[in-house]
Amino acid sequence: MGTVLTAIIVLLLLAAAFGVLLGYASVRFKVEGNPIVDQIDAILPQTQCGQCGYPGCRPYAEAISNGDAINKCPPGGQSTIEALADLLDVEAVPLDSEHGEEKPKSVAFIREDECIGCTKCIQACPVDAILGAAKQMHTVITTECTGCDLCVEPCPVDCIDMIPIETTPNTWKWPEPPAPMDLIATDRGRGLATSEVH
Amino acid sequence: MSQVFSFHGGIHPPENKKQSTRAPIGKAPLPKQLVLPMQQHIGGPADPLVKVGDSVLKGQLIAEPIGRISAAVHAPTSGKVVDIAHYPIPHASGLSGECVVIETDGEDRWIEHEGIADYKAIERAQLTEHIRASGISGMGGAGFPTDVKLHLGDNHIVNTLIINAAECEPYITADDMLMRERPHEIIGGIEIIAHLLRPSHILIGIEDNKTNAIHALEAAVKHCDLNIDIIVVPTKYPSGGERQLIKLLTDIEVPAGKIPADIGIVCQNVGTTSAVYRAVHKGEPLISRIVTVTGDAVRHPKNLEVLLGTPFSSLLEACDLRPEALSRLVMGGPMMGVTVDNDRIPVIKTTNCLIAATKQEMPPAPPAQACIRCGMCEQACPADLLPQQLYWFSKGREFDKAKHHNLFDCIECGACAYVCPSNIPLVQYYRFAKSEIRTEEREQQKADHARERFEARQARLDREAAEKEAKRKARAAEAAKAQEARKAAAAKPKEEAAATATAAPDIKQLKTAAAVARTKLKKAQKAFDEAAAGNSEGLAELEQALNEARLKAEEAEKALSAGSPAPAEGGDAELKQLKVAAAVARTKLKKAQDALKNAEDKGLEGIDKLRATVEALEQKADEAQKAFDAAQPADAAAKQESAPKETPAKAEPAAEPALDAKALKQQVSIMRTKLKKAETALEAAESDEERSSLQADVDDLKKRFDEATEAFNKVEKAKMDAAAQAGIDLKQLRIDAAMAKAAITKGERALKKAEADDERAQIEQELVAAQAKSDELHKTLSQYD
Repeated sequence: MGTVLTAIIVLLLLAAAFGVLLGYASVRFKVEGNPIVDQIDAILPQTQCGQCGYPGCRPYAEAISNGDAINKCPPGGQSTIEALADLLDVEAVPLDSEHGEEKPKSVAFIREDECIGCTKCIQACPVDAILGAAKQMHTVITTECTGCDLCVEPCPVDCIDMIPIETTPNTWKWPEPPAPMDLIATDRGRGLATSEVH
Repeated sequence: MSQVFSFHGGIHPPENKKQSTRAPIGKAPLPKQLVLPMQQHIGGPADPLVKVGDSVLKGQLIAEPIGRISAAVHAPTSGKVVDIAHYPIPHASGLSGECVVIETDGEDRWIEHEGIADYKAIERAQLTEHIRASGISGMGGAGFPTDVKLHLGDNHIVNTLIINAAECEPYITADDMLMRERPHEIIGGIEIIAHLLRPSHILIGIEDNKTNAIHALEAAVKHCDLNIDIIVVPTKYPSGGERQLIKLLTDIEVPAGKIPADIGIVCQNVGTTSAVYRAVHKGEPLISRIVTVTGDAVRHPKNLEVLLGTPFSSLLEACDLRPEALSRLVMGGPMMGVTVDNDRIPVIKTTNCLIAATKQEMPPAPPAQACIRCGMCEQACPADLLPQQLYWFSKGREFDKAKHHNLFDCIECGACAYVCPSNIPLVQYYRFAKSEIRTEEREQQKADHARERFEARQARLDREAAEKEAKRKARAAEAAKAQEARKAAAAKPKEEAAATATAAPDIKQLKTAAAVARTKLKKAQKAFDEAAAGNSEGLAELEQALNEARLKAEEAEKALSAGSPAPAEGGDAELKQLKVAAAVARTKLKKAQDALKNAEDKGLEGIDKLRATVEALEQKADEAQKAFDAAQPADAAAKQESAPKETPAKAEPAAEPALDAKALKQQVSIMRTKLKKAETALEAAESDEERSSLQADVDDLKKRFDEATEAFNKVEKAKMDAAAQAGIDLKQLRIDAAMAKAAITKGERALKKAEADDERAQIEQELVAAQAKSDELHKTLSQYD
């Protein structure tokens, strides 16, 4: 009887000690905010285009952290979906075409002759990449433009084009090498022959 | 210090250098057009200074460097700028870049140029600037602007200068030939660089396959004051790699992610030293370089001194190209160079070799097979990496892992691919992975930048909204205040208007009412007096009515004198009350008349006289009533008319002041009308000038109006005073009269009761005495009326 009592008392004391320890740790090492939202937000392309149905990338990051689908970001494309899947340890699903398709990166361009200076696009731009004033011609600061498309809709004279970004020698990417072929003995030298044709 | 160390890995590919060293350095023919890309170096592209149509001289600056890491571009010969546009440039992508196209005139006229006589005498910064202005960038292959390497600042202390003369890649002999033919230029260049960097050791690393070059350099070094060590290293690819050469000569490994300058070492290519020599001593900017043109497809492979911007086709022509034999044109060496499709691509500062290869010489890459994990690539890697792992990660797009396996330390030498038994294009995979990672990083950077801007904008919008809200609140508060003020201001003019405009008819009405009340009072007084004179019964009642009437009259008078501040409706109500009171007074008067009638019926003395007075009174009361009735539905003017109608009914002493008062009242009303008109004009007035003059008018009128009102009030008051004084006297008399009347009444009653004759006689006697007294009193009283 005595040993049982001792065991219970010892366990109780241990429980109390760990309880105090955990309680202290939860106060001492409290994490402010939701770190997962920051991580998701860091992966999203920050075009702030709203194609996902949320007013910007951070709201979508919050929605994802609350269980929304990860395939609603067309500007990010499949690579973003994969990165998100990796981060959240969920399955990478194809892009939800309901929210748009993955398009080549582009920037807005204002045909300046046609611009009437209404400032509507300036108000629409989420990153302040359009320069101009009322009744003055507007122009896009190309390096700041995220290609979100949001300025195209409000333009009353339709003078904004989305121009795909041209590849320069500095932004050019080496192509992925073709996948290796499986050869059998009789195929030896075939590569040479096919190359000759080229 | 002639010890040679070793680096990991490396390969021994066939050298193929002999073909191009048989002939001395030739001079490339002057092409018709020179195409000069604005970016022939690492860093920011140069900015063109010339316009299409400009004539340029040989050595003239045509594009200036933009930013710290950039290089100038000079015209390689005299001619005319015919185009500034995008042309194909020597780049793996085959894309085009901005170029200045010069049509040569064949004269090859130099711009005025002069070397620095004594470079040791000038500031080192000035010397570096001169080198920068000469547009010199590394000529070994990477093309890093040389001036940046020569002006490292205080945070880098250079103790070792290494001159890279290894030229390890097969086929290329440009540096070899340069060393053979112009060793003094190289040593001269080393002297200048050594003067700038002040290293404690100067090492020239050269492979042992360049015997002639070693001899030439050794001969040149003998004439040099500097302690230069020529270190012959065994031929092994890629000993010419910067890090590999440093390892070979000093046994120091440059840490990953750092540059040699971080460990006190600077590496320069021999070609670069020669260019520095020419720039400083001769004042010639970098406008030409030595290019090896080799390969089995050219009949006379050799090295050529080529002007920058010369198209490849021109060089191939100069070396007798066999077009039918050409299967592949390679820019650079066979290990690291890139295949180009276009022979219009120009020579730039980093072009050291052009290989026109036949099919046998460079067969197309056999198809890649599966990796068998043999590990030969690891054995060959000069950077101590794990090429096989990197291959898997790159292929599987696991770029993070590839990065962690130091993918970016790969120098893309191609040793691993060279030894790979499965013919896997490993370097292509690394290049692909590197560019993917770089793109990702660039996009990440852009995304972070966009986020920053987005958040800044959001913050700005929030702040603006808050400011707007605050402003709106402030405005609302102000508006409320203003409204209150306006209300107060509006109330004031209303009060004023009550005194002048709006309340004017009320005042008129009040005055009319007062006058009416006064008249009624007087009538009641008269009736009472007459009644008292007649010793009639109900005198007390009459007196009460009189007092009430007087009270009403006084109230009316008071209201009138209070005048302007009284609100319009209040005035109206009071007026009505006054009218009611007057009506009551009238009723009471009638009652008094009834009482008088009663007294008449009883047949008292002086009744006849009383009757006549009452009849007159009745008539007058009727008249007054009629006038009042007429006045009530009619407007103020009609009421005013009613007052003079009543005036004749007034007692004689009051008549004259009443007339005076009437005149004054008229004057007051005229003044008021004028004032009102003036004020309306003032309100309507637009300009300030008009306003001020009108204001003066209004003030003047107000003053006059006040004066008139005062005079009117004075007269009114005097009237009241007179009435009051008379009232006191009359009161006393009336009291006496009332007492006498009471005595008479008593006597009469006693007389009725009395049975005995003697008693009756006594009472009659007393009654006669009382009668006499009453008569006397009445006489006095009537004198006042």
